[in-house]
Amino acid sequence: MVARSDYAGLKPAWCPGCGNFGILNALNRALIDMKIKPHQVLLVSGIGQAGKLPHYTRGNVFNSLHGRPIPPAIGAKIANSELTVIAISGDGDAYGEGGNHFLHACRRNHDITYLVHNNQVYGLTKGQASPTSDVGFITKTTPYGAASPVNPIAVAIVSGASFVGRGFAGDIDHLANLIRNGISHRGFALIDILQPCVSFNHKNTFQWYKERVYKLEGEKYNPSDKRAALEKALEWGDKIPIGIIYEEDLPIYEDQLPALSREPLVGRGVDVAKVEILFTQFL
Amino acid sequence: MPVDFNFMVGGEAGQGVQSVGFLLAKVFARGGYHVFADQDYESRVRGGHNFFRVRVSDSKVGAIAEDVDVLIALNIDSIELHQAEMATDGIIIFDGEKIKGVSGNHADFLSIPPEKLAEAKAGNKLMANTVALGAALAVVDYDLNTLSAVLVDHFGEGEVADRNIAAAKAGHDFVRPGHRSKSRRLKPLPEARRMLLTGNEAISLGAIAAGCKFMAAYPMTPASSIMEYVAAQSKDLGLVMVHTEDEIAAINMAIGAAYAGVRAMTATSGSGLCLMVEGIGLAGITETPIVIIDGQRPGPAVGLPTRTEQGDLQFVLHAHHGDFPRAVLAPATIEDAFWVMIKAFNWAERYQLPVIILTDQHLASSYATIDRLDLSEVTIDRGMLFSETDDDPSDYMRHRVTKSGVSPRAFPGLGKALVVTDCDEHDEKGHLTEHAEERTAQVQKRLRKSLPLSKEIGTPLKYGSRRAGTTLVGWGSTYGAMHEAVDILRKEGASINMLHLSELWPFPAKAMADALSKASNSYCIESNATGQLARLMKAETGHDVTRRILKFDGRPLTPAYIAEAVRKEGY
Ligand SMILES: Cc1ncc(C[n+]2csc(CCOP(=O)(O)OP(=O)(O)O)c2C)c(N)n1
Ligand code: SF4
Ligand SMILES: [Mg+2]
Repeated sequence: MVARSDYAGLKPAWCPGCGNFGILNALNRALIDMKIKPHQVLLVSGIGQAGKLPHYTRGNVFNSLHGRPIPPAIGAKIANSELTVIAISGDGDAYGEGGNHFLHACRRNHDITYLVHNNQVYGLTKGQASPTSDVGFITKTTPYGAASPVNPIAVAIVSGASFVGRGFAGDIDHLANLIRNGISHRGFALIDILQPCVSFNHKNTFQWYKERVYKLEGEKYNPSDKRAALEKALEWGDKIPIGIIYEEDLPIYEDQLPALSREPLVGRGVDVAKVEILFTQFL
Repeated sequence: MPVDFNFMVGGEAGQGVQSVGFLLAKVFARGGYHVFADQDYESRVRGGHNFFRVRVSDSKVGAIAEDVDVLIALNIDSIELHQAEMATDGIIIFDGEKIKGVSGNHADFLSIPPEKLAEAKAGNKLMANTVALGAALAVVDYDLNTLSAVLVDHFGEGEVADRNIAAAKAGHDFVRPGHRSKSRRLKPLPEARRMLLTGNEAISLGAIAAGCKFMAAYPMTPASSIMEYVAAQSKDLGLVMVHTEDEIAAINMAIGAAYAGVRAMTATSGSGLCLMVEGIGLAGITETPIVIIDGQRPGPAVGLPTRTEQGDLQFVLHAHHGDFPRAVLAPATIEDAFWVMIKAFNWAERYQLPVIILTDQHLASSYATIDRLDLSEVTIDRGMLFSETDDDPSDYMRHRVTKSGVSPRAFPGLGKALVVTDCDEHDEKGHLTEHAEERTAQVQKRLRKSLPLSKEIGTPLKYGSRRAGTTLVGWGSTYGAMHEAVDILRKEGASINMLHLSELWPFPAKAMADALSKASNSYCIESNATGQLARLMKAETGHDVTRRILKFDGRPLTPAYIAEAVRKEGY
């Protein structure tokens, strides 16, 4: 049995009303529903408000540098394939500072789940524009308005991610279900989560999102159709789709590593006889 | 008469300089000789000028020598550029069909028709280089038995090897007695089972023998061949090498793997290390063991991509902000490179910190013969580990404040203990904190690890007269050249010795201060422009060296160069 108390972490230092609380609840619920125990989970986060999440639940935690949850998450997953590895970022962390890792994790299709708390702003550093801020968004560092945003969903699909979803922090049931699907998916699962920032984003508020989001689950929609998925990825504005936008069963990076076809790397010793064979090749 | 003989193979990139050079080195290594070989190449895939020097001796050699006894010139440039380096009795072997107008009085010339012979005797003119190889062995009156065996190993038994052997024989037979000078004769020696390998191969083997199971890296000369070697062995040896999107990913990925419990490393060169700097501090604050290889090349920035320098010492000592312990090691020789890797992983895990290994292009791509490595000498110490049978996992604290500063490690998912760490300052449990006392305690705890670590540092290597008027001081890959320079100068009657460091940080300040206090003259010998070790010594011991003998043209220091520079300064 896994109980709610297993996932009771430290008291969050987020602003009251922040969308991050919904994400935390949804993640805990997904893990409890899946009967995953805290010691079986590794949460790897970056720096930002989102990056603090692992401290507010329970599990193994590697709180990494700004922009860098993906590389250590991959390293740890390769070292111990039995871990459930979840990487956690803000939008700046994921699509700005960590943009290159994001692209290549999609392309290589590593078997990790990536939760991106997308509040379309830099929260922790107090309200500067982020890579996903809407065009024209005015902040102290963009007094003349932000340039046009990246579209993480489209980027993930064209870059080869095998699971691409969007959630909303204001719909915990739906988000918990999406996270469950992401964790169960074998391959790189991006879950971009619309997360209201009550302190610094007065444009994309709870209300703003609520009026626009609609669930793909209720639609006649086939997430394995890549072209349709790309079309969905381009929807933004009056109507914003949430749910599984794209899912495909693809070989994962780890499949092509012959060393991983056996037990996890961690715990393996040195095969002295084989090293001796290497030595003889230099004689 | 002691044997000390030099071959050189020169040509354009793409002409096979490397493979002819390697085969020559292999023949004499198999034949019981000691070999040291280096590679000089340009940053291009075709054209330009490359050369490969193979020094053959009947006693141990650790450096290159300038005088060339046999030059295999694959193009005319090689003749023009290297004629002046020919020894008195030297001979230049060249393709007389292709290279016309050869003249000069520096050496004997031997014109051969390699393509014609290859076509006639081996049925393939692509084997022209093997013809030249056969001719080179003939001019030193060395038979073809060893080469034949080496070719079979190289190509595998079958037609390709047979044809190459035929090509070598054609070259060998072509050389008339007049060119088989007695003075050049390399007599057969009893076979020795020595290994012939490059510095990077020694590093790779060291990592594998140390139980490294994960490497992540991004290609950069001169470190790429470590990635390639490890990747090639990954299936058989059960390890993983990831070619990442960039160096930032490489170091962070290796840190993630190390956190999860495997020995992990990365390898790069200066510009790549610049990108990795954030990871050095990440390993520092999360106390994650990691081994970072920096194959130095001349900087700043891209510098001279395929050449050598010792210009990163001050950089790696300071790379990253804040105070935290690290170790810096710089192998002195190719054999040392293997053992330094064993040590690096043990120290990294014993003290849970980043260990940086400084090699350079010269060490990375030079070949040397070494006695067969003895695996029974390898010990693996994974440091202090948390035991769930002795202690309650729910009490586990990754960054527990201890007297030694070392907190027992647990690995995520292998037990019930939750392993929590953070690149923010954290409390003992690993959760982020801004608490003043907790911050102070964690900084002090991390720094406390320096003390036992500094006790691991070996005393500087001494060589030469016990009491000497002049002491040469150096570090890393210059060991072989300095050692031989000391020999040369002592033969001339100089009162000289050397001090050499391959374990640079924590700096052995006391041992160095003591040793230097005995020398009236101290010359720092370094492959960089400012004397980075000299500056470090001054900072750590107060000792100012008398002179700095520096070379920073991207070419390796040689014994003759050092000896000449010391003569000029006076001893
Ligand atoms: C290398 C580096 N650059 C800058 C920062 C400062 N910084 C911390 S968080 C952050 C951005 C946070 O935005 P986001 O990733 O969207 O996370 P949020 O706080 O909005 O959840 C920045 C720029 C840092 N910690 N490290
Ligand atoms: S600043 Fe915004 S993102 Fe950060 S905690 Fe407050 S509301 Fe949440
Ligand atoms: Mg944000």
